[in-house]
Amino acid sequence: MEEKRARELELLSYKIRRSALEAIQYAGSGHVGGSFSIAEMLTVLYFEKMNIDPRDPRKKDRDRFVLSKGHCTPVGYATLAHRGFFPLDELKTFRAIDSRLSGHMYIKVPGVDMSTGSLGQGLSAAVGMALASKIDKIDYWVYAILGDGEIQEGQIWEAVMAAANLKLNNLVVFVDNNRLQLDGTVEEVMSVYPIDEKFRSFGWNVIAIDGHNVREISDAVDKAKSSSDKPTVIVASTTKGKGVSIFENQVKFHGKCPSKDEFEIAFRELDQKIASIEEKLNTATV
Amino acid sequence: MGDRVPMRIAYGEALCEFGNNEKIVALDADVSTCTMSCIFGAKYPERFYNLGIQEANMIGVAAGLATTGKIVFCHSFAMFTAGRGYDQIRNSVAYPHLNVKIVGSHAGITIGEDGATHQCLEDLALMRAVPGMVVVSPCDANETREAVKALIEYDGPCYLRTSRIAAEPVTDKYPDYKFELGKGVTLTDGNDATIIATGLMVQESLKAAEELQKEGIKARVIDMHTIKPIDRDIIIKAARETGAIVTVEEHSVIGGLGSAVAEVVSESTPVPVLKVGVEDVFGCSGRAEELLEKFGLTHRQIVEKVKMALNKK
Repeated sequence: MEEKRARELELLSYKIRRSALEAIQYAGSGHVGGSFSIAEMLTVLYFEKMNIDPRDPRKKDRDRFVLSKGHCTPVGYATLAHRGFFPLDELKTFRAIDSRLSGHMYIKVPGVDMSTGSLGQGLSAAVGMALASKIDKIDYWVYAILGDGEIQEGQIWEAVMAAANLKLNNLVVFVDNNRLQLDGTVEEVMSVYPIDEKFRSFGWNVIAIDGHNVREISDAVDKAKSSSDKPTVIVASTTKGKGVSIFENQVKFHGKCPSKDEFEIAFRELDQKIASIEEKLNTATV
Repeated sequence: MGDRVPMRIAYGEALCEFGNNEKIVALDADVSTCTMSCIFGAKYPERFYNLGIQEANMIGVAAGLATTGKIVFCHSFAMFTAGRGYDQIRNSVAYPHLNVKIVGSHAGITIGEDGATHQCLEDLALMRAVPGMVVVSPCDANETREAVKALIEYDGPCYLRTSRIAAEPVTDKYPDYKFELGKGVTLTDGNDATIIATGLMVQESLKAAEELQKEGIKARVIDMHTIKPIDRDIIIKAARETGAIVTVEEHSVIGGLGSAVAEVVSESTPVPVLKVGVEDVFGCSGRAEELLEKFGLTHRQIVEKVKMALNKK
C-alpha cells in the first residue's frame, strides 16, 4: 500500500472515531473503548478490501462482515455512514427510540449483514455465510471481528472447530486483542491466552499484527486470501479507547458514557489528530 | 386403526420429498439418524451438514446461511434446539427474522427411558414467547408432512415439534382435512364441551370423546397443530358454543397450548379452561406408555377433566 493511501485510511479511521463519539454524545450512552480499538480494521475492510455497493447493499456476491462484538455499534454504524450506506446525519438517532440504529448491530440497517449483541454468536453466522458461498459456488469473502473477551464464550470454539472442518478458506476473522473487558483485564477475569496457539491447534491460519497499522491490516487480509483450505484468524494487538489519551487502556470506558469535560478533551484530541494527518497529506502532495 | 408411523420418520421422508427445492439446506447435531434428517442427507449430501454436537453453533450457522436466501432446517432433540439453543434462536434467528426452521424431535416425556434430562416439556412455552416465531406441533405422520410443506412455503422463523413414538393416523381419516398454518382443525363436533389438543394428545382426545359420547356427552375435538399464531376464531367459537374447554398437551401446563388457549378465552369469552399436561414437574425414565399413564396424559384423565369442566359451566 502506498504511503498516501495509508495516510488517507488513517485519516478516515479518525473521522469515523469522531462520528462514533458524536453518536455516543447524542445517545448519552454507548461503547467507546471497544469501538476505538477496531476503527482501523473497519476502515481498511470497508474502504479498501470489501466488494460492496452502498447503492445495492444486499447484492448477492458481496463480501460479508459480521461485527460479532455487536456492542461496538458506534464505530460500526459510523463506518457504514461514512461509506455511504445511510446519511451521516442519521447517527444523531443512535440508540434513540424508534431509530433503526439500535444499541447493538441490527440487520435491518443498510450494510449490516447480521444482527449481533449476544456475545459469541456472530462467528457462527459468519461460518454460515462462508458455507453458503461454497454451496452456491459464488465467490465472496466473509469477515468478522471478535472481541478478545468474547472468545471466552464456548460457542466461539464450536464455530472455530466447524470453520476448519468445513475448510472455509473464505473466512477471515479478526480478534480485537485490546486486553480489557467489562470487569477488568482479560487476564484477570478469564484468560484466553495464548490466542494464536488455540486457533492454530484448531486448524486455522494465524497472523499477528498491530491492529492500528492500516498497512499491516491490509497485508494480513491479502495473506489470508491466499489460503488454500484453511480459515484465517488475524490476532490484532490493539489499545482499547485508541486515539484519545483519557480513554486509552481504561476499563471504565468499556461502556461508560464520557462526561461533558471528557467529551471536550476527546473531540479536541481527535480534531488535532485529524488536522495533523491532513497536514501530512497536504505536504506530501505538494 | 391404520399403521402407526413415527412422526420423525414421516418428517424425514417429507423433508426429502420436498428437498428438490435447492434453497433448502439441512443441518444436524449428531442425531441425524434419530431426527431422520439423514434421509434428506442421503439424497442431497451437498446440502446436508452434520456439525457434530454443537447445537448453539448449528443454529448460528443456520442463521448465516439464511441471510443468503437459504431455507435452513436445523435438527436435534427439542431439549437441545429449543432448550439449549434458546438464546441463539431468539437473537440470531428470530430477531433478524431469518428463514430458519428449528426442528425439536423427541419432545415431551415419550422419549421414555432416557429420562428427565432429555424430556423437554417447556419447548412450546419457550418458542411461543419469542416474537415472530411460528410454532407447530403436528399430531400424526400425515400432518407432519403437511407441516413440513407449509414451513417451506412460509418465509420466516419456525419451530416444529415432533415425538419419538409412533402416532396413530388421525388426519388421514378425514376427507375434508386441510392443513393451514395458524388454523385449528375441528375433528369431531359437539356442543357440550371442547377438547383442544396438540401433538400426540390429539389421538387420546379422540378416544376421550368416544368415551364421553357413551355417557351422552358430546365433546368437540380440535386438533391445534399451530400453537402460534394461535387460531383465535376457532377458540372463541368453541368457548361460545360449548361453554367449557379442556386443553391437552404432552408439555408442561405452564406456557404451552393450555396457556395460549386460556389467554384467548380470558380476553374474549371467559368460560372454564382446564388443562391436561405435565404438572410443573420433571419427567423420569420409563416406557412411553407407562409415563403417559403416570403423568396423566391418557384418554381416561381427559374424560375426567372434561367432566370437571362441565361442572364449572
